[in-house]
Formats: sequence, C-alpha cells, structure tokens
Amino acid sequence: MYKYDEYDQQMVDARVAEFSDQVRRRLAGEITEDQFKPLRLMNGLYLQLHAYMLRVAVPYGTMSSKQLRMLGHIARTYDRNYGHFTTRQNIQFNWPKLRDIPKILELLASVEMHAIQTSGNCIRNITTDQFAGAAADEILDPRPVAEILRQWSSLHPEFLYLPRKFKIAMSGATHDRAAIRFHDIGLQATTNAEGEIGWEVWVGGGLGRTPIIGKLINPHVPHEHLLAYLESILRVYNRYGRRDNKYKARIKILVHEEGIDNIRAQVEEEFSHVKGGVLTLPQDELDRIGAYFAAPAFERLNSSAIDVAREKIINPSYGRWLDNNLNAHQRPGYVSVTVSLKPIGGAPGDATSEQMEAIADLAERYSFDELRVSHEQNLVLPHVKIADLPAIYEKLVEIGFAEGNAGLITDMIACPGLDFCALANARSIPIAQELSRKFAAPERQKQIGDLKIKISGCINACGHHHVGHIGILGVEKKGTELYQITVGGDATEQASIGDILGHGFVAEDVPDAIERLVDTYIARRESEAEPFIAAFRRLGKEPFKEALYGNG
Amino acid sequence: MKLLTGNDLKTGFVTWWTGADWSLHIEDAADVGEGGEAIAAAEEGARRVNAPYIIAGEATTDGPRPAHIKDRIRALGPTVRPDLTLKPADPNAGDWVI
Repeated sequence: MYKYDEYDQQMVDARVAEFSDQVRRRLAGEITEDQFKPLRLMNGLYLQLHAYMLRVAVPYGTMSSKQLRMLGHIARTYDRNYGHFTTRQNIQFNWPKLRDIPKILELLASVEMHAIQTSGNCIRNITTDQFAGAAADEILDPRPVAEILRQWSSLHPEFLYLPRKFKIAMSGATHDRAAIRFHDIGLQATTNAEGEIGWEVWVGGGLGRTPIIGKLINPHVPHEHLLAYLESILRVYNRYGRRDNKYKARIKILVHEEGIDNIRAQVEEEFSHVKGGVLTLPQDELDRIGAYFAAPAFERLNSSAIDVAREKIINPSYGRWLDNNLNAHQRPGYVSVTVSLKPIGGAPGDATSEQMEAIADLAERYSFDELRVSHEQNLVLPHVKIADLPAIYEKLVEIGFAEGNAGLITDMIACPGLDFCALANARSIPIAQELSRKFAAPERQKQIGDLKIKISGCINACGHHHVGHIGILGVEKKGTELYQITVGGDATEQASIGDILGHGFVAEDVPDAIERLVDTYIARRESEAEPFIAAFRRLGKEPFKEALYGNG
Repeated sequence: MKLLTGNDLKTGFVTWWTGADWSLHIEDAADVGEGGEAIAAAEEGARRVNAPYIIAGEATTDGPRPAHIKDRIRALGPTVRPDLTLKPADPNAGDWVI
C-alpha cells in the first residue's frame, strides 16, 4: 500500500489545521453558514436530513487494517457506532457533531486519511476495481496510476472550481467492475498492437438525471502521457463546461452537446501544448510509486480446488459462501473474499464499529493487512489463502456478515435515501430490506443467479439505478413515495441504461412487482446458464412490461 | 400552521422553534404564523440555530406535525433505525411519519 511521504502528510495536516480554525470561527460566530458552507463542503462535511454528515475518502478503495480500525473507533467515539460504505468507495458518518470534526480529522490524518475530494466541484476521490492487484483477469494493477492521479488531482489549483464535480474510475482488468463508462472519465487498461500497456480513455459518462454512456475519446494513452492527456480534458471542460445551469454542467452534457469528435479535437489541441511538459510521467517515478504496491510476500502454494460440493453437504451456508463470495486470484492457492455488507434485511453498506474492527483483524491476520471497499458497498479481503477460508467464514458468521450472496439478487446497492439524505424524494433502504427478505431463501437466490438490483431515492442516482439489471427509482407524487422500475441496465463493459417500463408503484407493491419480473425471466430464459440481463437483451422489454402492467 | 426548524449549530441535530427557545422535539414546536422569517434571522444571528427555514405543519391531537413526509422523517429520525430516533422505546413512533 502507498505510504504518505512528508509532503502528503504536511498537506493533510495543514488542511486539518486550516479547517479546524474555520470550524472554530463558525462556532464562535465569526463566519455565517453561507460563508462556512463552501468551506465545509471542501472538507467533506455536509448538513444532511438529521445532522452533519462527514464523508471520508478511501482512495481507490484501498485500506489497511489500521485505517479500518480507526474508522470503527471514530464511529464509536464520535458517531453512533456505525458507518455507511458508499458507491464511491467512501465511508459516511451520519451523526458527527461540528465541535468534534477537528478531532475526527486529526485522527483520520494520523492514519493517512482525510475527507478532501469527497464533495464540491473538484476532481473527486478516484475509484477502481475492488480486486485491483489481486484479480486473475488483470492486465495491470491500476493502483499505482490511481495513486499518481490522486497526487495530481488533490487540491489541484486549476481544478478546484470546475463547472461541476468530476469523477474518475479505473479498471486494470478485462472485466469492468468499476463502472468506468458511467464516470466523467473512465480509464481502461489496454494493450496496443505493439504490445504496450496503456489506457483507453472514456469521457462523458454519468448517471444522475441525464444518464449517458461514456464515449471513447482515445483508444490508447501511454502511462507517460496520461497526466497530460487528462489535464487536457479537464482544461477543455473547465473552459467550456456549462456554468450557467447546474443540471447541464457535467462534462457529459458538454460531450453530448458538442459531439465527441469536436471535444476530441479540442483535447488534442490542448494536449499538443501540454504533452512532453512537466506532466510527463517518468518510468522511474511510476516504478517508485509502483513499489508501494508490490505484491505481498505470497507463499508458494499449489493451486488447490475447493470441493464446494462436499462443503455444501457438510455446511450448506458455507458452501454458498464459497460459491458466491470468492474471486479468482493471480496466485495459486489464494482467492479474494467479498465480505457481504448485505445481511438479509440489513441496510446495504452499513457496518458497526465492532464489525469494522473484526474485519480489520481478519485482514491483518489473513490478507496481508489489506482491505478494499467495492462500489457495490461491500468489503473485500484481497489476498486470502484458501486454507484460511474456514476460519474467516467462522468469524464472519460471528459478526453477522457471512451471507453468501455476492452478485446475487440480495446483494443490492441502495443509497441512504429519504431516511438520511436531504436530497432524496423517497426511502431506499426499506425497499432494499423488503426485497432482501422476500428473496432470502438460498435456493431461490441460486435459481435466479446473477441479478443486480440497484435502488436510488432520487434522480441524482447515487444508488446507480440506471445501470441495475433491475433499477428502482424513488420519486414523490403528491406527498407519497412512488417507485419507478427500470430493466436492462448494465454497468460493465457491455454498458447499457435501463428502460422505464411504465408508471410507478407504491412501496408495498414493489416486492411483488420485482417478483413478477424475476418469474418472467425464469419462465422465459433459455436455460439456467442464461443470466437475467442476457435474457432481457434477447427478449426485449415487452414480456417484462407485460409482467408489471398486464397486456392491456 | 407554519413551523420554524433548523439544526443546532454545534451538534447539527434537528431543532424546532417553541415560541421562546429551540427543542429537539416536534411536540414542542409552535405555530410561527407570519413571523417565522424574523425569528429565523434573529436566532441565526444569535448563533442559536443553523440554517433555519419555515415549513408547513398540521395540528393534530398529538401536537404539531410537519405536512411533508421529508420533514416528518426529519422530525422523528430514520425510519429504518428506530433505535436512533428520538423515541427509541416506542415501537409505534413511526406510525405518523408515513
């Protein structure tokens, strides 16, 4: 993992001192809320529905045990004993007091964490594949480049007042687990005809009220020019992005209105000035940063297959967990473990202090001290010996996070919704909880297979509903919560945006409506091997529309 | 009726204007009529409240209630975590929210 050097620590410490003074001045009445608001937002501090909310960055979703333990400590000491992991691989505390914020930031800084870049119109915390550095299908580990991008983008003086927020996601693997086509910039590791590794650059993707799939602006940017190329994109956006209308200010609107060819030409023009300058990334610097992410001291193990069928007979729950919550690792004898933060009936992404500490202990003991946060609101132990799986599972059972449902229908994304969020129009978590209970039966989940449900409580789409195989969007109509259902979204390399099938449903009718969609899929699929999204693409939306609304 | 609400400056917790002071409990809220903005300005100036604003309310037999669902959830706390609401021991506390 990356370790702060003196400049990183100095920068974060200076920011803590600066914001602590701003908090002091606010509490003393020396500055008004109107003056304080832009300052607190630059430090990840929101005023939400019930209280202040502090959003802490987990850069590219990578954490150490010590860091997770500190998050648990903060939750216990300064919040209400839990935190909420988000779709941007961050963590939110829902109840911190303003007077405690300086101390919380000081504690975060002591473990090389902060809340910068989690709010405001800047380049936000960069996200990546939760299996980075471990996945068997990886072209390269994206984290060294992600770290370099973090250093480039943190408090970048030219890009602190962009037209709107700016999100970058990266994938170093062939299978996109980071939803890169739905970010302002998506970076996909690729190899060109000469065998050189570089980056496909996608631009102008996003969700929110105007969901758009990103467009390929450059098929191969070498490492050495990546910073210069990204700076060129940001400059074009900073110059021409719509500052006149908040809802049209994201780069996706600029790309959509101007056309990708025009934007590409503008970027190339800028790039011709920037390329080869101070932003050129020397190989030795890439190597220096890369050394922080060197593979841990893996043992030389024989590849050993897990006899899941046998384990299922002995302990069906453990068998299901083995079936669903392991990801293939680069090294023989190792796997990555998804710790599902989606217990049946639970709030997706929530973890208590005790749970965080227990998972930190597991990471320290069994995963070389490393952890990841996934954009699907789970935690990951990236480097686990197959032989250690029973001990890990046993501990997860103890803390209530042993659900073997990763990638299944109960592994839902849900935003905090109207229970916590001042922007929301409807509640999300109760819908997720009801669906979780409805589809809890293991055999039913297995029968359904790979099906991603994503729930947002408003059109801002923090719950990624547009890219759910089934998406649920909470809206408000005449003071009542209603839920629109979309079908056919996909956040992967086969990116698609779900179709709204018709009028919305009241909350109590949503679980049955989803079940009708599921039953239609099962009745119409070619075989068990055809997943929901493939069946939808083959069948089109009509059978699913009929399932929801009849054929009248 | 009209209710004046905001957040406590130091804690951020939701507060309601009682006619003389601020309370965490919606039951204590007073109808501010047309005087809400003046009270808000004075109270914000005195640093007793953060970002106050006026909402529509309804008088009920159990006291004043916000008219809008968002404000009702704001008054009670998260419906999915009764233990974190202002009435953790009352299983029916959320009944009036929805």
